[in-house]
Amino acid sequence: MRALLATILLAGASPLAAQTVAITNGTVVVGDGSEPVQGGTVVVRNGRVVAAGRGVSVPGGAEVIDATGKWVTPGIVAGFSRLGLAEVDLGADGSDDTDSGNGPFNAAIDVTPAINPKASTIAVSRADGVTRAVVAPVAGKNIFAGQGAVIDTGDDMDAVLRARAFQFVELGEGGAGIAGGSRATAFVLFRNALREARDLRGRIDGARQDDVLLTRFDAAALVPVVQGKQLLLVHVERAKDILNVLDLREEFPGLKVALVGATEGWTVAHRIAASGVWVIASALNDLPASFEMLAATQSNIGRMRDAGVKVAIGMIDDNDTRYQRNQRQYAGNLVALSKVPGATGVSWSEAFAMISSRPAEAVGIGGEIGSLEAGRRGDVVIWSGDPLELNSAPEAVWIDGVRQPLDNHQTKLRDRYRSLDREALPEAYRK
Amino acid sequence: MRGALAAIFAMALAGCAALAPPPKSKPGTVHIAENPYPSTYHPYGGVPTLIRNATVLDGEGGRIDNGSVLLVDGKVQAVGGADLTAPEGATVIDAQGHYVTPGIIDIHSHLGDYPSPGVQSLSDGNEATSPARPEVWAEHSVWPQDPGFSRAMANGGITSLQILPGSANLFGGRSVVLKNVPSRTVQGMKFPGAPYGLKMACGENPKRVYGSKNQMPQTRMGNIAYVRQTWIKAKEYDRKWTKYEKSGGEIPAEDLAMDTLRGVLHGKILVHNHCYRADEEAIMIDVAKEFGYKISAFHHAVESYKIADLLRENGICSAMWADWYGFKMESYDAINENIAYVQKAGACAIVHSDDPNGIQRLNQEAAKAMASGKRVGIDISEATAWTWLSGNPAKALGISDQTGSLKAGKMADVVLWNGNPFSAYTRPDKVWIDGALLYDSANPKLRPVSDFELGQPGERDVK
Repeated sequence: MRALLATILLAGASPLAAQTVAITNGTVVVGDGSEPVQGGTVVVRNGRVVAAGRGVSVPGGAEVIDATGKWVTPGIVAGFSRLGLAEVDLGADGSDDTDSGNGPFNAAIDVTPAINPKASTIAVSRADGVTRAVVAPVAGKNIFAGQGAVIDTGDDMDAVLRARAFQFVELGEGGAGIAGGSRATAFVLFRNALREARDLRGRIDGARQDDVLLTRFDAAALVPVVQGKQLLLVHVERAKDILNVLDLREEFPGLKVALVGATEGWTVAHRIAASGVWVIASALNDLPASFEMLAATQSNIGRMRDAGVKVAIGMIDDNDTRYQRNQRQYAGNLVALSKVPGATGVSWSEAFAMISSRPAEAVGIGGEIGSLEAGRRGDVVIWSGDPLELNSAPEAVWIDGVRQPLDNHQTKLRDRYRSLDREALPEAYRK
Repeated sequence: MRGALAAIFAMALAGCAALAPPPKSKPGTVHIAENPYPSTYHPYGGVPTLIRNATVLDGEGGRIDNGSVLLVDGKVQAVGGADLTAPEGATVIDAQGHYVTPGIIDIHSHLGDYPSPGVQSLSDGNEATSPARPEVWAEHSVWPQDPGFSRAMANGGITSLQILPGSANLFGGRSVVLKNVPSRTVQGMKFPGAPYGLKMACGENPKRVYGSKNQMPQTRMGNIAYVRQTWIKAKEYDRKWTKYEKSGGEIPAEDLAMDTLRGVLHGKILVHNHCYRADEEAIMIDVAKEFGYKISAFHHAVESYKIADLLRENGICSAMWADWYGFKMESYDAINENIAYVQKAGACAIVHSDDPNGIQRLNQEAAKAMASGKRVGIDISEATAWTWLSGNPAKALGISDQTGSLKAGKMADVVLWNGNPFSAYTRPDKVWIDGALLYDSANPKLRPVSDFELGQPGERDVK
C-alpha cells in the first residue's frame, strides 16, 4: 500500500527538472543522528539520494559542485506547523485557512486544498533550508481538527507529498475549552467519536445508531484512526494528560498515536518511552505559560531523549504559520544546554536529526524524507557553515533533486532598499 | 487626598490675599507630584570582582581582547587589558575564551503586565476602554512574581527592562523601567531615576480594537485625528498649568491623563511609539513636530529600513526584531536586513523582544541580524552589534548615564557568557546587577524562583 502510494506520489512530484548532482568536499550530515563527515560527497539522481558520505564516487555526467568549507545536509523538516495555510495571521481575512471554526465539519477536514504552494511563507522557509513540513489544521468547534499533510516547499504547484498523513486532535487545555470546558468532556467526546467511527465501519447499509454527534463524513474520517491505518497526533502538555492519552490505547488498541507538545513530558518520560510513541515537542518552552505547563523547562527534550523517548522538534502554537526557519536555532540551543550545569541538552547530531529525520519518522514518512540515506528524496541544502549556528545560511537548496530559487518577497525588498539615495525614478521602479 | 491638599493651599492663598496688597503675579504653589511611587530598589551588594582574560564588548562599540573588568561597590571601577590588577580580597574570575558584556536591556517587554501563566486574571496590559489612556501606568499592572523575569535574567542576561502598556490604545499609558531584580513590590524593582515613558501606538491595533466596537478610530486617519486632538487638549492643559506656575491665580484642575502628556511636552517623559510601517513613522514624526515633542524610539519598526535616513536626521531610535514577519499586514514587508540597514544608515538600532521567550535570547537575535547584514556586505562588528543590546536601549530610555555600557562609574550590570554570545551554543554563566551576583550557572542557590513556582513541579529546576 505504502509502496503503491509512494509510486503514485513520485509520479506526481515532477522530477522532470531533476538532474544528477554531485556535491563534493563538504561536511556532510546524513541527518540520521550520525556524526558529520568531513570531506564527504552527496550524489542525487532522478530526484533521489544515491549516496552520501566519504568515498562516494561521482557518476559520469553529473553536475559537480564543490562544497569545500560548506556543510551539506538534508533539508530541514518542520515537525509541526501550519506552513502554507496562512499568508497573514491577523487582520487579513481570506488569507488565513488555518481554522475552520465556522464550518460544519471537523475530523473530515483535509488541509490539502488549503495549502498554497505559492505562499510567501513557503518561499521564505525554503530560502532558509526548510524543505518539508508537517502541516496540521487548527481545531475549530471540535476537538478533532481534521487531517494534516506532509508537504514540500518547492517552487511548484505540487506541495503535498502525503495528504491525510494524520488526524489531529486537541486533548489538553485547548481541547477541554473546545469540548465545553473540561477535560472530562473532551475525553467523552473523544471516546464517543471513536465509538461512532467503530459503529460505522463495515455497515454496508450505512445505517447508524441513535444519538450521533458526528456527521457521517466526520465519523467516516475517523475509521482509519480506529483501525490504526492513520496516525493520530494528539496535542497535550500536562503530564497527566499525556498519561491519559497513553491509556486510551488500552481502550482502542488499534490507535497509532504520536504526542504533540508534551511540555511536561520529562516528568513521565519513562512511561512515554515504554509506550514507544513519538513525541513532537516544542524545543524551548520554559515558562509556566499555562497551568498545563508548570513543569516547563528547556531540558524537556534532552531528558525525554535520555529516557529513551523518540523525540522530534516542532513549533506547537509557536508562530506555526511562518517561523519554521527558527527550528535550527532552537536545535542549536538544545546543544547549548549541555554546557549548563543541571540542564540536559542534546548532542549536535541528535539535535540536527530532531529537525530532519526524526519528525519524518514521527509521522511515518522517514523512509522518504529527512535524511541523506540512499533512496531518500533529493532534498539537499548546502550551508555556508554549521546549520545550527546563527550566522549560517543556505547557499543552495534542492527539493526532489530540483535546484530551487531562494529569492522571495523579503529578498526583493532587501535589494530594492539597499540604497536610499534618490535616483532618476522612484523606488517602485527598482525590481 | 491630593485634591484636599490642593484645596487647603488654595484657602491659604486666599487668606493671604485678604491681609496684604495683592501681588502683581505670584507663582503657583501647587505642584503635581512627579514621582509618587518612588523606587525602593537597593542594590544587593557584592564582593569586589575582577574578570580577566575575557573578550570585553563595552556596549558603546568598543572591544578589548584579553580584557579585564573590575567591579567594586556595585560599579564598574575599571575596564582594561591584562594589566588590570585586583584589589586585595577581590574575587578573580579567569574568563579565558568567554565574553563579558554589559547586561542586556530590553526596551520592550510586557513581563509582569502580561505574565505567565497567561490567564485572564493576570492579563493587565491593555486598558482598552478608550483610545487615549495616558493616565494608566504600567507599573500598577506589573506582577513582580512573573516567572518570566528570572528566565530573562538566567537565560537571557537581561539586567534592565522597560515594561510598557499594550498597543490597543493610541496612548497606552506610562511605561516603567525596572532593574531585573526580584522583589516583593514593583517599587522594589524600579530603576532609580529612570524617566517615565509614554507608550503610543499607530496602525492596525487601535483601529481594530475600537473600530470593531464601532468607535473612533476605525481607520488610520481616525488614529491620527484622535492623536492630534488629544495633543491639542494637552497643549491647552500645559498652557494653563504653566501660566499658573509662573503667575499663580486660580489653580487649574488636575488631570492624570494630561499630566503624562504635559510631561512629554516638557521632555520629562520619553515617547515610545509602536509603529511598524515606514509611512506611518514618517507621519508620527510630523505629528511630534506639530506639537513640539520628541519621539525616543519607534518600536516594532519592521520597515525602518525604508526611511533609515529620515530616522537618522530626526535622531529617533528603532527597536526591532531580527526576523519576525508577516503575522499581520503591517509586518508584511519585514526583512532580515532591517537592523543592519538602520545601522548602516547611521541611525540608532535596538534589538527588542516584546515576548517572554524572545527576551531570553536577544543576544541571538542580534547575532542573526548581524549575520544578515554581513551576507549583503554590511560588515558589522560584534562590538557594534552589542550597542543594539545595551548602549542604545539605555540611551533611548534615558538611563545611559547610569548603565548600558562597561565604563568606569556605571552600574555594574554585567554578564559573563560561557562562550561567544553571538553563537547558538552560548548561555549566560554569571549575571551581576549593581555588582550583586544574582545568577551563577554553577550555583543552584543563585537561581531565583518566584513565589508562583514554589512547590510546583520543577520548582528547583534549571529552566
